[in-house]
Amino acid sequence: MANFSKPTGPQFSVDVYQNEFLPEGGRDVNAIVTVTATGGGTAGSFRPAAARSAAVVLMLDCSGSMDYPATKMRGAREATAAAIDTLRDGTFFAVVAGTHVAKEVYPGDGRLAVADARTRAEAKNALRGLSAGGGTAIGTWLRLADRLLSSADAAIRHGILLTDGRNEHEAPAELRAALDACAGRFTCDARGVGTDWEVEEVKGIARALLGTADIVADPAGLTADFTTMMENAMGKEVADVALRLWTPVGVEIGFVKQVAPTVEDLTGRRTEAGPRAGDYPTGSWGDESRDYHVSVRVPQAAVGQEMLAARVSLIVPDPAGGAPTTLSQGLVRAVWTDDMVMSTAINAQVAHYTGQAELADAIQKGLDARKSGDHDGATAKLGRAVQLAAASGNADTAKLLSKVVDVVDAATGTVRLKAKVAEADEMTLETRSTKTVRVKK
Amino acid sequence: MSMSLKPKPPHPLGNCPGCAEPLESGDRFCGACGFDLSAAEVPDRPTVPIALPVEWPEPPPRDPQSLTTATQHPHDLPGTDSGGRDLPTIPVRTDGVPEGAGAEAAAAAAAAAPQGDAAEAVGATGGQAPAERTAPGAEPEGAGAPGEPVTAERTPAVTGPEGATSSSGSGPEAVQPSDDGDFTLPAPDPRAALRAEPTAAPPTPAAEPSGGDGRKVCVACRVGRVDGDGYCEHCGHAQPRDRDHMEEDLPAVAAVSDRGLRHHRNEDSFAVASTALADGSPATLAVVCDGVSSATRPDEASAAAASAARAALLTALPRGTHPQQAMQEAIVAAADAVTALAERPEGEREHQNAPACTIVGSIVTDGLLVVGWVGDSRAYWVPDDRTTPPARLTEDDSWAAQMVAAGLMNEAQAYADERAHAITGWLGADSYELDPHTAAFKPDRPGVVVVCTDGLWNYAEAADDMARVLPPDAAERPLHAAQVLVGHALDGGGHDNITVALLPFALPSPGAADPA
Repeated sequence: MANFSKPTGPQFSVDVYQNEFLPEGGRDVNAIVTVTATGGGTAGSFRPAAARSAAVVLMLDCSGSMDYPATKMRGAREATAAAIDTLRDGTFFAVVAGTHVAKEVYPGDGRLAVADARTRAEAKNALRGLSAGGGTAIGTWLRLADRLLSSADAAIRHGILLTDGRNEHEAPAELRAALDACAGRFTCDARGVGTDWEVEEVKGIARALLGTADIVADPAGLTADFTTMMENAMGKEVADVALRLWTPVGVEIGFVKQVAPTVEDLTGRRTEAGPRAGDYPTGSWGDESRDYHVSVRVPQAAVGQEMLAARVSLIVPDPAGGAPTTLSQGLVRAVWTDDMVMSTAINAQVAHYTGQAELADAIQKGLDARKSGDHDGATAKLGRAVQLAAASGNADTAKLLSKVVDVVDAATGTVRLKAKVAEADEMTLETRSTKTVRVKK
Repeated sequence: MSMSLKPKPPHPLGNCPGCAEPLESGDRFCGACGFDLSAAEVPDRPTVPIALPVEWPEPPPRDPQSLTTATQHPHDLPGTDSGGRDLPTIPVRTDGVPEGAGAEAAAAAAAAAPQGDAAEAVGATGGQAPAERTAPGAEPEGAGAPGEPVTAERTPAVTGPEGATSSSGSGPEAVQPSDDGDFTLPAPDPRAALRAEPTAAPPTPAAEPSGGDGRKVCVACRVGRVDGDGYCEHCGHAQPRDRDHMEEDLPAVAAVSDRGLRHHRNEDSFAVASTALADGSPATLAVVCDGVSSATRPDEASAAAASAARAALLTALPRGTHPQQAMQEAIVAAADAVTALAERPEGEREHQNAPACTIVGSIVTDGLLVVGWVGDSRAYWVPDDRTTPPARLTEDDSWAAQMVAAGLMNEAQAYADERAHAITGWLGADSYELDPHTAAFKPDRPGVVVVCTDGLWNYAEAADDMARVLPPDAAERPLHAAQVLVGHALDGGGHDNITVALLPFALPSPGAADPA
């Protein structure tokens, strides 16, 4: 594993934004923790030593539906070829064809290939032999990917999964079990192509495996998307980073959420890490910045008192099993004051991300209400979403919302449900509902 | 202070913090839930600026009966004496013996005093220690002007409380009529004295307990150890910081600063120093600053201001700059230092107020007493002879003071207003217009200059009140007296940071100018 003290490794910084002042009797402490990794291998920089330590498995849906229309299979083949071309020399890789069973397409024999001109050409050649036919059992694809990825000694282990339909040929529990087995062993981006797949299934895979989820409604867009995904994977420098939260005696943890670039509730994914400390998984990191919202409840203290409400640190485990390395840390404080002006101020970052989390929630609830025929509920929730998106400057989400509702007045959240909504638009909104924007400068 | 002047005031808290029951004036406990209101009785009066141009009011007409004072505007410099005449040439002292000897002895006594009190506790010190403390205190005057009446009066004033200590054993500062004096001393608040003793006992962080592994044990829970960030690794509570309680004791000046009981950090700062004028005569100085808590980094502002003012004075005074001019320049230097803090990039944080603080300083030289200030930190004059009137030497840059000065309100009305403590002048980048006030005095009797922040004077606003709580031996034991004053404020609730510096003022001895 990388030695983090060496100058070539990425540097992590932790910034805490909060209003630490509590009124007399106040107990709730909210903070936005911005984690930024810089100075690592940015895209384009070629570093063979680091490249060797990455492994990627591409999982392609080859079920029968991929031929209807045939552009899907063709798009998937071309996209995979583009992704293979994006692999850095020296990266371990494999291609898996997924149906109701998982089959190795390249290189086979339970191995990973090492990317170079020859293996890339062989892999692309092997793609030509792919044909659609069979069912969908995503759990089997993930288990095979896990076996392949663990066969190489790579620090960064990543999967890219493409599906076009529902996970119909295994029980939901089997997919869940596969996700549980793979969680923490590799990260995985999941994509749905077309509109016949289940949003919650694809988002669930990405959530469990700490990757991204998105829709590629038009197969023609697959190549660009796969290339971007692979570039991001190649930019990852450090794997298995965890957000460690230490809290003093008597402090209750309200929630721990990633709030940028997307909203992901991590509260339930805590693993205990010593006295009063717990780790929340964040996956692998390249040059990027993410925000987390930490909410804790502290015991009451007298005015004038100050305490540490939580210590937030970024840690990576020692591959040799020793003590984990702390990359950076920040402090969340609580200070009791009788100055009302200070204690009632709301930190702009906390307010913003509270709004972004509500936005994601309003979209999901609004779409659920719409599906269940509750038009009043859907109008209210999606109206609120429009209002929040407009107020926070989340232009992408506002645009997606405008394809599902007619906006009468964004400022007040007055909307009408569209009578006819393209399925792709609704699925895009649902898939991307958790995307957030950062605080306006 | 002004609370008592208000006709039928509502309870300052309005409603009970515990159950929101409406409160009545004078309630000590909530009638509904029994909430103890004493801890929160006086709402904090944070030092906050209001953005109004300052019209500095003219000083009130001089009362010929009181301490002779004349407030000088900066452009009136150089200073004048109390009658408004040009200052005489400051006498050149070549021997330096009388002042120096007295100062050194006082230093030894002052250094010995806290340990004596702490180690030997109550009653045991009786005869020896008071004698030691009394003698050097009387020496500056005695050396130059033997038999001067003021010295004779002061001696019993010092022995009084010490004598009481040995006889009553109830507390080192318990005041009783002295054995040899023919008058009763103005009694300091005994609670204040008792409160002050523990404050004095652990003077340095080094006295704090530490764990077996060398790390300190948390003062809050006594279970966890303190981590590298200064928080307990068990209960998370912040540990006392060096700045929470600061003391400095020089031969002729002492200062104490304390976080108080209701603020999470100490945003006050001070600086004290001794130096010599160009003619070699000694000068002592003290600067006290109070960070504006509604601005960002008030603690840095006050520290920067005090430090810059001290440096400016230590540069200007030995060069022969008139002390009043030096004070003026020091305040400008302090203002520049605070303004410079605002230029430091604040990253991408949202807009914040520029760092700001008040300042009050005093210089005591041979026969001359100079004060300078911006904001609502104050200087008081308390003569050693407590039968003569004390005086406040500064006029607050505050809303209430302006209202009173402009004749728009009487003092009771002005100080009852919630804007009373809003300051109208401060040091900082967003200061409307820097208007340093300085004044020079030539006191005709020995005394002590009390230089303090509102954390103290909120609990002893009138000069008479300040004189009452200032221990009678303040001139001999300035550090101890400063500790007592801080204790008085803590006893009153300690709602704000408390900082006080004490500068004893000795009369210039008639023979001093004579190098014989």
